[in-house]
Amino acid sequence: MVWQTKSTTGFGMSSAPIVLKTEGLVKKFGGITATQDVNLSIAQGARHALIGPNGAGKTTLINLMTGVLEPTEGRITLEGVDITRMAPEQRVQRGLVRTFQINQLFASMTPLETLAMVVSQQQGLGGRWWQPLGANRKVVERCEQLLSLFRLTEVMNQRTEVLAYGKRRLLEMAIALACEPRVLLLDEPVAGVPAGEREELLHTVAALPANVSVMLIEHDMDLVFDFATRITVLVNGAVLTEGTPQEIANDPQVKSVYLGHSEELTHG
Amino acid sequence: MKAMQDSLLAPSRFQAWEPLLWLLAFAAPWVVPGHALIVNEIAIVALFALSLDLILGYAGVVSLGHAAFFGFGAYTAALFAKLVMPDPLTGLLVGMAGATVLGAVCSLTILRGSDLTRLMVTLGMALILLELANKLDWLTGGSDGLQGVVMGPVLGRFEFDLMGQTAAWYSLSVLLGLFVLARRWVHSPLGATLKALRDNPLRAMAIGINVQLRLAVVYTVAAGVAGAAGALLAQTSGFASLDVFALDRSADVMLMLVIGGVGWLYGGVLGAVVFKLLHDVISGITPQYWTFWIGLFLVVLVLVGRDRLLKPRSWFGKPKAQRDSA
Repeated sequence: MVWQTKSTTGFGMSSAPIVLKTEGLVKKFGGITATQDVNLSIAQGARHALIGPNGAGKTTLINLMTGVLEPTEGRITLEGVDITRMAPEQRVQRGLVRTFQINQLFASMTPLETLAMVVSQQQGLGGRWWQPLGANRKVVERCEQLLSLFRLTEVMNQRTEVLAYGKRRLLEMAIALACEPRVLLLDEPVAGVPAGEREELLHTVAALPANVSVMLIEHDMDLVFDFATRITVLVNGAVLTEGTPQEIANDPQVKSVYLGHSEELTHG
Repeated sequence: MKAMQDSLLAPSRFQAWEPLLWLLAFAAPWVVPGHALIVNEIAIVALFALSLDLILGYAGVVSLGHAAFFGFGAYTAALFAKLVMPDPLTGLLVGMAGATVLGAVCSLTILRGSDLTRLMVTLGMALILLELANKLDWLTGGSDGLQGVVMGPVLGRFEFDLMGQTAAWYSLSVLLGLFVLARRWVHSPLGATLKALRDNPLRAMAIGINVQLRLAVVYTVAAGVAGAAGALLAQTSGFASLDVFALDRSADVMLMLVIGGVGWLYGGVLGAVVFKLLHDVISGITPQYWTFWIGLFLVVLVLVGRDRLLKPRSWFGKPKAQRDSA
């Protein structure tokens, strides 16, 4: 039983406070409704997965939460603060951080430079121009931790554009974690990673700090059922159902609407 | 930990050849006094190219109207010398301040839109200022230029001479000072965030960087540096004319960066040296048709690539890209 192995984070859904919440979220593009009345709550320390078929509106929902898109209706709160109209970078400063399905990296910089830059920015040194990047001991220490956590130490001085795809995928996540998120939105972290480099990535996802609340968007059901303690199913922009992995796996609606093939869910 | 800090700090450390290069530059007006004027000109355009590199190479903002700030600095410094006081350093600071303020105002126009929009907006700004300087002839002298600018001695001691030695040393000193500051800037955390938003603005925003504010800041600072270059030109030539705003000037400085290399502070300096010397040598041979040769040089440079051009040995092997894929 896969879902019994991962409640190591020890947070029950009912007792932990809610850190990120959407209420009646609606997004319309012209006549098309991409997000329909979505109510979603992410608990502190959650391992929450958002699944749904292609075109279900998962990425739109992330874009609404992170401020890339503005909702047509509804409200988003982060730790009790209304962030519905807040600028994207301010949400990041408040601890709402995402990764991207398609790598969004800094091609000409090395992983070390990239992380040193992000950590400096996170520690409020991003506006400093009179001292060199890396002059601050605390920044370098944090970079060292992140590089080893994400297994990037060996390649830290290579330009990002020449890194192997799996390493770039790791850097994608390392950048997000360098922002010291309270809530981390992972948009298909293992998408497109070849089998040989996959293991490394799964390890690091599993090793994310327990106090960071994670919402995972993923097509890979192995990863979802390994990782999540709570799953929300999104279909046509609306929440179809939400529950524990066991409930979702046994939900006939989910089987028919989303997965189609019931055997995919009985693998574990 | 130590190794990491070292590789982070490495780019900000001075190389052994750098003091040598500057010594050479400062010795030039003394060794070849007959060429002091061209040394002065090179120092000025090198500073101007450095300014463009700050926005183009280190923040990814393209501009075809950078002469707006150069010209504004030039006119501000010239007017200050004529109407207020002739002290060069004060005038330089006033010219820089003027261009900085203008840069802050203009930065609002470059925050939106793509590269093409920015090219047009910056070009438009320079044209507006050119026409203003033309029209306000009671202040600027119009198309005759602003004449009768008499400068006092630098630091109250070094008079500008006809040979241009003082001018050259003055411009070189300002170039060196601003170069050192720019060096700090590009290797700092702030410089790194600017590189990040040049590489990927979407991600820069997603790590909490206020992209618009950072762009406005770097544009404003670069405008100030361009203003300093303009002020130096007005002060050392005792003259400001409409051509300081001309499109040629914005285009030339872009060419210098292309020649020397973008995103490398010495690129602007190197480009300025090569461009000015080519100009000087070729126009000595064929005064009317020198742009033909500059054009040919540029086409060859861009088609062949700077690295290959500077390494003649590579001319006889296969191009690198083909070798790699083979």
